[in-house]
Amino acid sequence: MGAGHAHQLYRRGDSPVHGLPPHTKLVAVLGFVLVVVATPREAVWAFALYAALLGAVAARARVPAGFLLRRLAIEIPFVAFAVLMPFVVPGEQTSVLGVSLSVPGLWGAWNILAKGTLGVAASVLLAATTELRALILGLQRLGLPSPIVQIASFMIRYGDVITDEMRRMSVARRSRGFEARGVRHWGVLAKSAGALFIRSYERGERVHLAMVSRGYTGTMPLLDERPTTRAQWAAALALPLAALPICILGRTL
Amino acid sequence: MHVPDGFINAPVSAAAGVVAAAAVAVSLRGARKELGGSPEAGGDRVAPLAGLVAAFVFAVQMLNFPVAAGTSGHLLGGALAAILVGPWTGVLCIAVVLLMQGVLFADGGLTALGVNITVMGVVTVVAAYAVFRGLRLVLPRTRGGVTAATFVAALVSVPAAAAAFTLVYAVGGTTDVPVGKVLTAMVGVHVLIGVGEAAITALTVGAVLAVRPDLVHGARGLTAPLKLRVGGELVDAAPAAPEAPAPKSPRKLWIGGVVTALVLAGVVSFYASASPDGLEKVAADQGIDAKADQYEHATADSPLADYGVEGVESARLSGGLAGVIGVGATLAVGTGAFWAVRRRRTENTGGARV
Repeated sequence: MGAGHAHQLYRRGDSPVHGLPPHTKLVAVLGFVLVVVATPREAVWAFALYAALLGAVAARARVPAGFLLRRLAIEIPFVAFAVLMPFVVPGEQTSVLGVSLSVPGLWGAWNILAKGTLGVAASVLLAATTELRALILGLQRLGLPSPIVQIASFMIRYGDVITDEMRRMSVARRSRGFEARGVRHWGVLAKSAGALFIRSYERGERVHLAMVSRGYTGTMPLLDERPTTRAQWAAALALPLAALPICILGRTL
Repeated sequence: MHVPDGFINAPVSAAAGVVAAAAVAVSLRGARKELGGSPEAGGDRVAPLAGLVAAFVFAVQMLNFPVAAGTSGHLLGGALAAILVGPWTGVLCIAVVLLMQGVLFADGGLTALGVNITVMGVVTVVAAYAVFRGLRLVLPRTRGGVTAATFVAALVSVPAAAAAFTLVYAVGGTTDVPVGKVLTAMVGVHVLIGVGEAAITALTVGAVLAVRPDLVHGARGLTAPLKLRVGGELVDAAPAAPEAPAPKSPRKLWIGGVVTALVLAGVVSFYASASPDGLEKVAADQGIDAKADQYEHATADSPLADYGVEGVESARLSGGLAGVIGVGATLAVGTGAFWAVRRRRTENTGGARV
């Protein structure tokens, strides 16, 4: 996997966060998100502390704040759901700026916004500091079954190829004067999707034959087996371990 | 449609995770048979083919289909994958796509991965494929029949996923939203999204059928027998592997039952939801309609698109549709299970005879 295969979210760098083994980072992010989800929503200050923790990690990884904030846009559909909640949830009403809002609805909206945003931010940080291939190796070292790992790596490896093929088909359509403007043009687009499926499937058959002729029997050798040091685990797990006491405080207070 | 962290509580998320893991494990075994031809020999074909199909699903989700005046939608792909490559491979591919979207693109929470795979992968694919197989029993064995069955299967799969999401939310939602109203609104909106999904899926499957019918898993058994030209005359080639003739199904009874159930469900739920509905009134009073419009573009393809802004008439309509879809899905699942059991039995007896 050369430089051209890095995904859009990845930011090249050599910070301490970039250097950690991928599986330790996966465990750290999962642990952090679990702790965040387990925190009661009434403990508003706890979520501010979590955000500060993530900010510290981002600073350590030298990921700029603007980059992080732009990637949060993926959350927007659920923000819309959260915005509607104060209006549709029944219960005690309160008045904000002359608009009647429901108190449980406001808490529900806050719950989704806070936990969802922290979860997305943690995932974005993970993706920004870890390469694709490393992430898949990390999943494998965490015990994800080998067939799934292989399917995922084939998907990642050929994802760009297939997407580019789709883009070339789009260029070809447009250079012949086609512009999709409405439902009437769905037939053309669907034929392109069908052709894309046939090309993808046939490429899969060719890839399989090429691999079989090179001795593939259904399993891939695991090349990267560097042991993980205690210090690396400690550095990665610092994030969830710092979040844990905040959660416990939030539950008891 | 991707559920973020903190939306569903921990026990339900964990339970959904167990369901998803079990479904993926079962699908791995099934995919070996679908892609490799036999459960023993096909092991080395699964990874490259399923991987490329997953890459295709990932890419085709980015293909925009313009609807009108600047809005556009895209395929969700569950029904398409189920019919093109089979249900097991379909579940597997969608699950891998969701896993990669969660880990790489922060699309969907890590703790909600089980919910996402269960709702969008398993429910969509299973509902679509069950409806598809059920309709194939009834419809004529032609390309048109396959395309029509594909349309209905894709149409049902989207509201089925919305209903499954509502069920998960009702059990493990972190906020109390009136569940009946959420169900009506979700299923209503998703019937509309499902119509688009159905049209695109049917057109795409039709396009593949026209070029490579042998690649369409759902159209197996449609291929015309091979003919050899021997001395200027067409002679039937020896079939490679003669399939056992499918036993005649009691089609008339099945159609009658389906029609009766659909009519009953539509009428009954019409009366059930004919009482004044509070949600729409609240929505209209608070002017959510205007607010929701601002978000329309960003959420045009999400399950929560236009959530809670149904007019009263369309609420009734969608209530009726919800009943119809419920009956359809239930019948389809039942028929699918029956079909699977029966097929196994005929295979067994066939083996005993030989």
